Amino acid sequence: MRTRTPEHKTASVRAEQIILFRASSEVFAISSGAVQEVRSVDSLAGAPVGVSEPGLKKVQHAIRRGDKNIYVVNTAMHFGLPPSPVALIFVLRKSRVALLVNAIEKMTSMTRLQALPGAFCNQERSWYRGLTVLDQNVIPVVDPAGFLSKDELFLLDAANGSGNLTEARDAAGAEATI
Amino acid sequence: MSWMDQADTRSCVLLRLGERRFALAAEQVAELAAPSRVFRFAHRTPEIDGVILRRGRVVPVCDVAERLTGKRLFSRRFYLIAARKHGQTMDWIAIPVSGQCELIRADLTSAGESDSPHVAGWLSHGGEVIELLNLNALMPNPHTDSTPAAVEASPEVHAQ
Repeated sequence: MRTRTPEHKTASVRAEQIILFRASSEVFAISSGAVQEVRSVDSLAGAPVGVSEPGLKKVQHAIRRGDKNIYVVNTAMHFGLPPSPVALIFVLRKSRVALLVNAIEKMTSMTRLQALPGAFCNQERSWYRGLTVLDQNVIPVVDPAGFLSKDELFLLDAANGSGNLTEARDAAGAEATI
Repeated sequence: MSWMDQADTRSCVLLRLGERRFALAAEQVAELAAPSRVFRFAHRTPEIDGVILRRGRVVPVCDVAERLTGKRLFSRRFYLIAARKHGQTMDWIAIPVSGQCELIRADLTSAGESDSPHVAGWLSHGGEVIELLNLNALMPNPHTDSTPAAVEASPEVHAQ
């Protein structure tokens, strides 16, 4: 329920719910509104299909939803971090991307998102919406649209159209390679 | 002193990087800060070491010592917080320095064509000829495109 203070116009501080998650050894934040489902990697046993696109090694699996492929991005590889065992999949809302992550650290809220300083001038500009400060820690807030570009999705679709998707025969094996 | 000489006299901050001293135009320097925790996260801009928090602002740390002296700076005593204007935005950078800084007024000589791009000019102080640094040539250049990320690059945006 919202309350208004018409006499004293104070700066309204809006909070955004975020999920802090770990990929490799680092902690990132994502808006909880951007995440449609959080699933265990185990729950996808048998469902993922293998994807092979040499130029996009961060995508090795897809989930079939209706007539669409949802591409599973290894978040650690996306950020160029050392690989580590993953346990969860974030299926992103209104997107054809899912993220493999190690663990959820916690759910919290942020009230301030600082733009990425201009000195950061490479790929990270598309990776992050900005930076937030939580408990005196600087946490990068990922941009859900930054994991796969339209061109990359097109490339994956072209290479892995529904007819070409090879079903993962061994779920355990697929899990081990995730 | 002639009028031209006076026009070339500027306030500068001398900073020490290892064995050498360099200068920055005083108007570019915001403050000298004590060492603080450097936060690191995944990125692809090699010149940036991480970020520090200063007065609620996230300031990228850019170690210029290796580029200027050929040696990395192992003993960071302070961060010189400098600003550079890029278009409409002011960009803050924390430069690790290895000693106390000094504010001086000195006569400047303009950089010549043969000087490196990072040299904005030269000054003479205490028997030493010192490079005045051109921050824009030393730091990664902020992007200037009009992607959504660029629109977001205002100093601060509030969560939606």
